Amino acid sequence: MGAQLRVYRQKIKSAQTTKKITKAMELIAASRIQKAQARVAASTPYSRAITRAVSAVATYSNVDHVLTTEPEKIERAAIVILTSDRGLAGAFNSQVLREAEELAELLRSQGKEVVYFLVGRKAVGYFQFRHREFEQDWVGSSESPEFELAKEIADAVLESFLRDASDGGVDEIHVVYNTFVSMMTQTPTVVRLLPLEVVEGVEEPDATVQPLYEFEPDVETVLDGLLPVYIESRIFNALLQSAAAKHAATQKAMKSASDNADKLITDYTRLANNARQAEITQQISEIVGGADALVAAK
Amino acid sequence: MAALNVSVVSADREVWSGEAAMVVAKTVEGEIGILPGHEPMLAILASGEVRVTLPGGEKITASAEDGFLSVQSDQVQVVASRAELA
Repeated sequence: MGAQLRVYRQKIKSAQTTKKITKAMELIAASRIQKAQARVAASTPYSRAITRAVSAVATYSNVDHVLTTEPEKIERAAIVILTSDRGLAGAFNSQVLREAEELAELLRSQGKEVVYFLVGRKAVGYFQFRHREFEQDWVGSSESPEFELAKEIADAVLESFLRDASDGGVDEIHVVYNTFVSMMTQTPTVVRLLPLEVVEGVEEPDATVQPLYEFEPDVETVLDGLLPVYIESRIFNALLQSAAAKHAATQKAMKSASDNADKLITDYTRLANNARQAEITQQISEIVGGADALVAAK
Repeated sequence: MAALNVSVVSADREVWSGEAAMVVAKTVEGEIGILPGHEPMLAILASGEVRVTLPGGEKITASAEDGFLSVQSDQVQVVASRAELA
């Protein structure tokens, strides 16, 4: 067998093996999307209830609370970046990191210092490779995030939010993550968690009657209790969204990898056929040439 | 008499929802009972149980930890990071 033909056969074989792997990963991701989406859906009543309660407090009260008031000068802003732990998900991580870079650029142009909190190995790798500083990181559970993780992250960012700016605390918290729009689309999203922006209500706000709320024990205590919970639920929701988006992105990436492998196999098969045929043709012409030479020699 | 529309939710799912005649919960200031027509309220829950009385008189008990209670026009929401039916 000719060397060229052997090379083509090897390439076909390796493309086939790769295709088997990518196909399997595609199927796994597809099955996980369902589960991840179900978790997003299951956590919705909680975040909706909290959002409603927070907007109730926000619309009712003119209380000065550290979590709701915007400081006059913002010196430092925190960015929480949610990436995945593993790659093979197309532009999933790079697009969220790019979005974060843009946000950081914007914040710096406003004269703010930027502090990073990272979730997922990919973000940590990105920062370490560039020798950049970050405050804290969480890795290893981006695939199916638990509420504890959200709680930990929320605790950490709140702790630095409540610290004085002179002490290295931050005055602003942003979260950058991928939202699951559809199986085909995942969009990087930036949300400012604190200070509180006017919350887009999930429900249509009932503008006619704003009931006066009674707070127990009192407004400050309720706000103290409610806002951390709100942050937790927003972060938890972002984690779940990001996980669902990751699976969708993996599925898409693996599908195109399988398709690409298919195309390679077809192409190399054609080339291999071509090479085989050329070899046969050459052999025939050698035989015929040899025979002709024998005839001519007589 | 109007009934209360109650939902008990925890961070990762909705634990229970339905109509009820009365809800009794434990806030940081003590137990509070809520009947239809209660004024809007937001309260912090002490960890403990929430008792829901159904219109038929049956009772459902749920344990809630670390949460709050919101009442608005007969919509009662018990929201806790951890909650489950007892």
